[in-house]
Amino acid sequence: MYAQLVKTDADKVKSLEEMDPQERRFQERIDDDQKIEPKDWMPEGYRKTLIRQISQHAHSEIVGQLPEGNWITRAPTLERKAILLAKVQDEAGHGLYLYCAAETLGVSRDALIEQLHSGKAKYSSIFNYPTLTWADIGAIGWLVDGAAIMNQVPLQRCSYGPYSRAMIRICKEESFHQRQGYDIMMKLCQGSAAQKAMAQDALDRWWWPSLMMFGPPDADSVHSAQSMAWKIKQNTNDELRQKFVDQTAPQAAFIGLAIPDPDLKWNEEKGGHDFGEIDWTEFHEVLKGNGPCNAERMEARVKAWEDGAWVRDGLSAYADKAAARVAAE
Amino acid sequence: MGPLFEYALRMGDSCLILGHRVSEWCGHAPAIEEDIALANTALDLIGQTQMWLGLAGELEGRGRSADDLAYLRDSREFRNLLLVERPNTDMAHTLVRGFLFDLWHFHTLGALQRSADERVAAIAQKALKEVSYHLQRSADLVIRLGDGTAESHQRMQAALDALWPYTGEMFLEDQVDADLAAAGIGPPLGSVQPLWEGDLARVLAQATLARPASTHVQKGGKTGVHTEALGYVLADMQFLQRAYPGARW
Repeated sequence: MYAQLVKTDADKVKSLEEMDPQERRFQERIDDDQKIEPKDWMPEGYRKTLIRQISQHAHSEIVGQLPEGNWITRAPTLERKAILLAKVQDEAGHGLYLYCAAETLGVSRDALIEQLHSGKAKYSSIFNYPTLTWADIGAIGWLVDGAAIMNQVPLQRCSYGPYSRAMIRICKEESFHQRQGYDIMMKLCQGSAAQKAMAQDALDRWWWPSLMMFGPPDADSVHSAQSMAWKIKQNTNDELRQKFVDQTAPQAAFIGLAIPDPDLKWNEEKGGHDFGEIDWTEFHEVLKGNGPCNAERMEARVKAWEDGAWVRDGLSAYADKAAARVAAE
Repeated sequence: MGPLFEYALRMGDSCLILGHRVSEWCGHAPAIEEDIALANTALDLIGQTQMWLGLAGELEGRGRSADDLAYLRDSREFRNLLLVERPNTDMAHTLVRGFLFDLWHFHTLGALQRSADERVAAIAQKALKEVSYHLQRSADLVIRLGDGTAESHQRMQAALDALWPYTGEMFLEDQVDADLAAAGIGPPLGSVQPLWEGDLARVLAQATLARPASTHVQKGGKTGVHTEALGYVLADMQFLQRAYPGARW
């Protein structure tokens, strides 16, 4: 997940005949399901698109620590606290190896972080929503990580080797995250009336933003075709969204929660659920910076970076001194 | 209640409160590697809390679980060292606090591994593996930032000066310590401080940091007289258990 609107700089997808020999060889390797590795030749557009997508994904993992971290100190039991700590630690780890994957494309982690802090780079809209109750931690695991998995499982087969390999590791951990989120929700639903109401309220608030995580509808998603031709992307936004709704609806029913969509119903003919219209105005407002927590999230990340400057500088200075000492010996 | 119950509370509470403090960094550290390391340290400490408070509950025999002890006691019943409840302030305070504690923790667990009480020895063996790493990391960072830039040096020295008065409490031994030492369950009296002092001197020398001259000791953790900071830690930590009494999570 976490990369919702990745521009490709392409107006339309070129046919093999329109490509020069080098680009054609590249496309043929992709069509043949071969992995592209960092030292291989690649079109500039492919490289740029991957940097955008991988860094958006990395930024999302890093910003995503904030809404969940918000409940670590208040987790209701020692076990829940330990599980949440482990989960948020995993997210930071995902961020780290995604930045490393992006670095193989010739951009530094510091440059990418600078793009995040200046507002030039995006991260997933979902993390601009607040975690108001403990149930929100359950809802994030269940819905947000559930949506992430939907998106990330196909990314394991992405044409770019380092990204594909990073996604294989990440997916293993994400499925554990989703289960722990659902477990929180299930426990709340088995609890008191107040706990069940807390769970329902969290589902009410997180449902639609979770559906928005898959990005704009295919009809408005001009960049998908090129990404799919390059096998950076394997499924369209609407395909993945449909899969997510079909998977999640019975899970909600199983624990006795109602999905906040009066139009949601099983459609026998298409073998999937019909569901209501997403409020795309809200989605675009959040992307523009007008979500409930955009300002706070960026403030927190910039503050962490600025407050940490002396630490990073100190470590570099020590490393330089140590290297000089070794050289002098 | 016996001295081992009291001792298990002291160990468990120090792990719990330090784990809480360290976890407050989540998402706010100076680099991703530090976010990961801090979360990992907090996670270890919460795991150790479960073992120590679990043992305390078992020894007490009144059916209180580790969670009950963590979430349903007020500050006067907490037995952690004052050092670990001190606020994070900045990375310097966080690292120095961690290092001063890790060094004590490491040598204490080293002695407890040989405890005559098998349960204590088992917890110590498991925890020592993790704490060896905590100490390796915190000592390394104290050295690097002490001997880094002028600013990092100044911040690390300021943190050491501010936290120093809270270190003496680690070596103040009372009847609980004496009883457990006599029974071969706790560390022999007076055995941990020389080890701590020796390692501390080596690390501070490498870090180019000066050992503070003050000999004043802030104390009270062992008898439950804490700093004002602890009440806020508990208000935060215990919120859900207090707001929804008896709920299961």
